[in-house]
Amino acid sequence: MKHSSTHQKTNKYGMVIDLDKCTGCGSCMVACMAENNVPFRKDETDKTKSITWMRVYKINNGKSFPETDICYIPRPCMQCGGVHDDGHSPCVSVCPAVATDYSQETGIVSQIYTRCFGCRYCMAACPYHARYFNWWDPIWPEGMERSLSPDVSPRMRGVVEKCSFCFHRYQLAKNKAFVEGRETLKEDEYQTSCTDACPSGAITFGDLNDPTHAVYTLKQNKHAFRLLERLKTNPKVYYLSTRSWVREACDNYIKGEMPQIAAAHHH
Amino acid sequence: MKIDRRAFLSLGLGAAAGTAITPVPWKLIDDSSIWTQNWPWTPVPPVGKVTHVNSVCTLCPGGCGITVRKSGDRAIKIDGRNDHPINKGGICMLGLSGLQLLYGSTRIQTPLKRVGKRGENKFKPISWGEALSLVQESLQTLRDEKKTKELACILGAQGVVADLFGRFFQTFGSPNIFKMQTAEDISAAGLKLMQGESSSIAYDFDNADYILSFGSGLMDGWGAPGKMFQAHGQRKSSLKQSSVRFVHIDTRLSNTAAKADTWLSVKPGTEAVLALGMAQYIIQENLYNSSFIKQYTNGLDAFKDLLDKNYTPQKAAGITGLDEEIIRFLAKDFTQAKRAVAVFGRGSLESPGSVQEFMAIHALNALVGNINETGGVWAKPTVETNNWIAAALDDIAIKGLNEKCIDPDAKDVSNRPHRLIDAIGKTKESPISMLWVAGANPLYQLSDQTSVQKAFEKIPMIVSFSSFMDETAVQSDLILPDHLYLEKCAEIMTPPGIQKPIISLLKPVVNPLFNTKHTGDVIISLAQKMGGSIAGAFPWSTYEECLQKRLGTYWKKLQDKGFVETESYKPVKRFLTASRKFEFTGEGHTAFTFNLTTIEGELKRFPLVLIPCDSIRLVADGSPTPPFMMKSLEDTVLKGNDVLVEINTNTAKSLGLKYNDVVSLSTPRGTATVRVNVHAGIMPDVIAIPRGLGHSAYDDYLAGKGVNYMSLIGPVEDTVTGQDAAWGIRARLSRA
Repeated sequence: MKHSSTHQKTNKYGMVIDLDKCTGCGSCMVACMAENNVPFRKDETDKTKSITWMRVYKINNGKSFPETDICYIPRPCMQCGGVHDDGHSPCVSVCPAVATDYSQETGIVSQIYTRCFGCRYCMAACPYHARYFNWWDPIWPEGMERSLSPDVSPRMRGVVEKCSFCFHRYQLAKNKAFVEGRETLKEDEYQTSCTDACPSGAITFGDLNDPTHAVYTLKQNKHAFRLLERLKTNPKVYYLSTRSWVREACDNYIKGEMPQIAAAHHH
Repeated sequence: MKIDRRAFLSLGLGAAAGTAITPVPWKLIDDSSIWTQNWPWTPVPPVGKVTHVNSVCTLCPGGCGITVRKSGDRAIKIDGRNDHPINKGGICMLGLSGLQLLYGSTRIQTPLKRVGKRGENKFKPISWGEALSLVQESLQTLRDEKKTKELACILGAQGVVADLFGRFFQTFGSPNIFKMQTAEDISAAGLKLMQGESSSIAYDFDNADYILSFGSGLMDGWGAPGKMFQAHGQRKSSLKQSSVRFVHIDTRLSNTAAKADTWLSVKPGTEAVLALGMAQYIIQENLYNSSFIKQYTNGLDAFKDLLDKNYTPQKAAGITGLDEEIIRFLAKDFTQAKRAVAVFGRGSLESPGSVQEFMAIHALNALVGNINETGGVWAKPTVETNNWIAAALDDIAIKGLNEKCIDPDAKDVSNRPHRLIDAIGKTKESPISMLWVAGANPLYQLSDQTSVQKAFEKIPMIVSFSSFMDETAVQSDLILPDHLYLEKCAEIMTPPGIQKPIISLLKPVVNPLFNTKHTGDVIISLAQKMGGSIAGAFPWSTYEECLQKRLGTYWKKLQDKGFVETESYKPVKRFLTASRKFEFTGEGHTAFTFNLTTIEGELKRFPLVLIPCDSIRLVADGSPTPPFMMKSLEDTVLKGNDVLVEINTNTAKSLGLKYNDVVSLSTPRGTATVRVNVHAGIMPDVIAIPRGLGHSAYDDYLAGKGVNYMSLIGPVEDTVTGQDAAWGIRARLSRA
């Protein structure tokens, strides 16, 4: 694992998603597909084979009508830092080809398609189902290739792909900053496609290490949690929800909440 | 050389060592992995100069501002426009998928003439000159035979293009203009009666502190969805308690219900009865805004008479299935807010509803006096643009216009296209000989699809102006394809439900990809080809010139900025009725009448109720749902080619059904095979079917998937406007 050079400031890009704002409209999913040349097939209803870097899950509170409630949970790649937040994320640890690596400069887990030989260890290791395998060559209907972005290379059959926090946008922003003689990026210079598109403003993106960025404060909110925190994968995606059943479903509790819920379950 | 054992072994070992050390096999493996990943069919998108073009999305009436990223001459990404007043940067998944429509394979690339049988989808490309001559010849025959009223059109188009159609029909001499109906027509008819206004309703969601939605899918595609999502994000946050209460009435736990602070479920179709029950209690307990009522309203007593008789909370409880205490509580809660609004318009507004429902709900806004006030409700402001001078008509036109429209209640335009279908169905020969369809897909959108299909078969000539090979285009004789929204110029006036005047200008983002033509230009060319007074009424050389003259002083601003808004707009505190007051019973009526819109089917044969389920993830207006959106559908909505209908856990139990079972869904109008999705978030004895599936046209990503809701229901006329007010139908589920 390469360590950043001394004069380079290390960033830790992350996301905070407010589930109270999220309406389940699914814009983030399509914004991601359109930005990252994600392929699509005639039948996408087998969700185990449907490539969605950003996927919106729908969960419910398990209660009967009319006490039922639902919540949508957008799930990009969590860009896990691993137990000590040093890059030993579940997928990076198992990749035999160094096709996926942890960037100390950004905290983003990369995926290099031409290095990947499709063993899918990383998919087995990922507790968030954030990784997808290309079982088929991508095929665009006649003419639709014209909508592909040159910033992201289309993948091929036999490789794994996943959310990159729109890394190409980071690169473009860095290039621009370099030309202008700057070393650091402003908060709004690098934003992911899903963040930009979200019509209710539920997604906030930025440097979790930078106190001037909104995510820095948001992640400390008492309603903030991460998915499956017990696994100590150290995800960089935080969620906000005021509903306790949502936090419980995501295996998270705020202070003093756990015993109440446990007690409620014994009734 | 003799090979002894020793030599054999050393050669073998040497070979093994050589193989291990040489890079050849490793290089071969590496090469093969690279080679297998570099198929020529894996595209390498060409790099071009990056530019951005601002425009407006017209894939729904919402009118969000968009910024299109281009690489060279290719459009590669659509983003929301950050400074546009409607969406402020956000964008829905349809807007994001626009390039899949632009570059999609179902676009019509050139004018087409039918060569096979109707509906066989066999066309031959023809030139624009030939296509226009074909239409002109047929039109000339109608003129010569003085049968101009036999030309009819069905329009979904709005604005200047629709006006051009209107002007053409007027100068040609046909009264048969039909428009696809909208919920805006219903609220406009209701506002006319209650406030004397002629535009539809708008709500100041930015400043209201209590939103009571009567089945309005505010998060499911209602009004201007970009605005609705943006307003929700402003209202709601995990960080602080919202000062706005949002109560949603719905039969099922829709996305809107899930986002509301309180979701209350009523029996399908009874939302307005809840409003009446609340009104009764508000009046009885004197909870209303008495100064407003005294100063600005008429007819409260007549309204009260009906309520006391039929809609006390107790009676309303019996009809809606809600507890009467909840109705009283809700009434009190509503009146205690400072700026409460009661919102009309079911789901995503695809089902327009009835005027009486509108009036029942809107009466609540009057009771709290929140009309024409900040944070309240008012008639959607219109933007004054330059009108055309009246067209000169020749004798043939005058004669044609003196004939009655096929829809006897039509004034200028009929928004009851089902009556056209009815009329054609009833007579042996079609009363119209040529039908134009623009901006609409009636062979998907109108209910009772079997009758619509039969009626279309009887029409001698059908001309489609569609950009896509949709269900109606397939059944046409001639197709004059329009540009797609990213290739053309057009104006978008204040979207539905928006409270401040906004004009946005659609600008071409890319050059037209194919041999298509702006429908506005086609109409102008046709008129000029017809000559005489028809040509005289169309003095513009292009549509753009016509648009520029219409927009007058706004044109330059629109060219520069893309939109013009009046941010400071405040509603005028006035009513335009003869009494200058708000009329509870409607102007010209002494009593308040209310009838629930009944649905078809006998309870005995059809014990369940089928309602549509509107979603922002499906296009319901007959236009194609792009592949990205189909991909984003949950597997509880579509599985393989089967749509899943939602039923309650208890309903499933009583029918002996479980998740994913294949069943037959029957209504008095049709039968379909579907799968079952068992969910606790829907009222028992109700079936919800996703709206927007079941296309027979378009590509393999969409065609043949699911069932078209409109093929399972039939029209039910609204008592006031005669528009189709059906919100569902009785139904039955049985094992397939």
